[in-house]
Amino acid sequence: MNKKRSRLNNFYLFCYIGLLPTVLLYFIFRIIPIVDTFRLSFYSWSVLGVGNKFIGLENYFKLFSDKLFITSLVNTTLFAILVVSFSVAISLALAIMLNNKRMERFSPIYELIYFLPVVTPMVPVAVMWKWIYDPQYGLLNYFLSLLGISPRAWLVYPNLALYAIVIMSVWKIIGYYMMIFLVGLKNISKEYYEAALIDGAVGGQVFRYITLPLLRPIVLYVLVVATIQAFNVFTQVYVMTSDIQGAPGRLVRVFVYDIYENGFRYFKMGYASAEAVILLLIVLALTIFEFRVMGKED
Amino acid sequence: MKNIRWESSKIIIMHIVLILGGIAMILPFVWMFVTSIKPSTEVLSWPPSFIPKSPTWENYRTVLQEAPFGRYFLNTFLISTISALSILFTSSLSGFIFAKYEFPGRNTLFLALLATAMIPLECYMISLYLLINRFGWINTYQGVVAPILVMAFGVFFMRQNILSIPNELLDAARIDGCSEWRIYTTIILPLSRSALGALAIFAYMNAWSFFIWPLIVINERSLYTMELGLTIFQKRFTVDYGLITAGSTIAVLPILVIFLILRRNIIEGVTLTGLKG
Repeated sequence: MNKKRSRLNNFYLFCYIGLLPTVLLYFIFRIIPIVDTFRLSFYSWSVLGVGNKFIGLENYFKLFSDKLFITSLVNTTLFAILVVSFSVAISLALAIMLNNKRMERFSPIYELIYFLPVVTPMVPVAVMWKWIYDPQYGLLNYFLSLLGISPRAWLVYPNLALYAIVIMSVWKIIGYYMMIFLVGLKNISKEYYEAALIDGAVGGQVFRYITLPLLRPIVLYVLVVATIQAFNVFTQVYVMTSDIQGAPGRLVRVFVYDIYENGFRYFKMGYASAEAVILLLIVLALTIFEFRVMGKED
Repeated sequence: MKNIRWESSKIIIMHIVLILGGIAMILPFVWMFVTSIKPSTEVLSWPPSFIPKSPTWENYRTVLQEAPFGRYFLNTFLISTISALSILFTSSLSGFIFAKYEFPGRNTLFLALLATAMIPLECYMISLYLLINRFGWINTYQGVVAPILVMAFGVFFMRQNILSIPNELLDAARIDGCSEWRIYTTIILPLSRSALGALAIFAYMNAWSFFIWPLIVINERSLYTMELGLTIFQKRFTVDYGLITAGSTIAVLPILVIFLILRRNIIEGVTLTGLKG
């Protein structure tokens, strides 16, 4: 009896000691800062430490009359909608093509090629695209000139720059989602398709009534990941637009860029925290929304 | 008969689409490299030439003189390695404990992990910065690496994998007098080797492309990561694309080499870790 008890105690001891590093690191570098962000957002705060005082919701009120903040909110939302829908649609189409039985032999080489941008870090990718988008000597304008389209200053005009960054972001990520969809498609049992064929289903119907419903959890996963990523877009905007003469990063202002600038350039930490809280709430709300819509039949 | 012909032309069309897409995937890399071996006069020539008329390594020589990319590489390598090792250890041990043990507080802890797993760093980087600042860790390796020492997805992923290891195996080891720690090191770790490999690749990739956090906590040149160093470099030489693309090529090359060597492992590692986590 006694021996059994000490064995159980040993179990617990092992569990708690084993979990300690994870819990500690997670708590200190994640949970505490998350909670603290909420607290800070109610303060007027500067890094110099003078005049930190509780101001309630004032930061939030100020935010919604801040033109730059509204612009960044609109831009980021537009960016997210475009990137998520295009990358999901294209990568799903690619995955379906690669899943064809007669593609099997060629699939690995395509996978390799489409995965190249995925493994390449964002900064060099942004740099090479910045060069492609160059208004004077860029490759894109060269190709367009072959089609008789006059050159454009891609990264200089805010609207154009947003689309340019969307294209580059979709290019970078489709290989990743394609692979995830491919894994999902491979997991769908062949029997479903055979049964459908016997019942006389044709291409579109098979996709609509078999592939899509069975792929639903994977699509949900990709949607959630893609949305969160898109709302946190920063690196490519920072690299591609922040230093073109005459057009600082304010033009394609995105959410995280705004947080970064308010927090680390103007040291308005409380104000930037309020923005971060809003970002967090948006990410949370979208995740819940996507789970509700996509996951309801599970 | 008609059906077979339709099938064949469908395959051909798919190949055409996939090849065109593939060209679009590779072209930016090729263009980057081609530009990097052109002399500056040729970089700014119109129409652009795809095969450099007088290729030169001059740009690379200048880049390596102007910026210590070797140092940046070592910094990134060090940070990624520490991050990956820590993630492997914490994920496997706590994944094991969550998968195989019952203890008071287990569900609460697991839920806390699950609930905050989705929250990206960008949402709490300000408070984290103030915390790191209080520790005096600005401009240090530990400051950069602090937020990537544990990965909630890694814990879920390892737990998922370890769940499939039969309990009988663990019980048999206990009867033989193995301590729980020995079970972890001699049974769990060897049996989850492939999962650990996948997680390692995932962790490396994340740490390697870590950007906004180093940008905030590092402003000393000798501590720059590859990503940071390249960003600053391209800001300094805004218009000199020969140099900038040479710098990018230097940043990309090691990754491409590793990718081509480990291609299957990397593709599967990255895809499965994300998916199962």
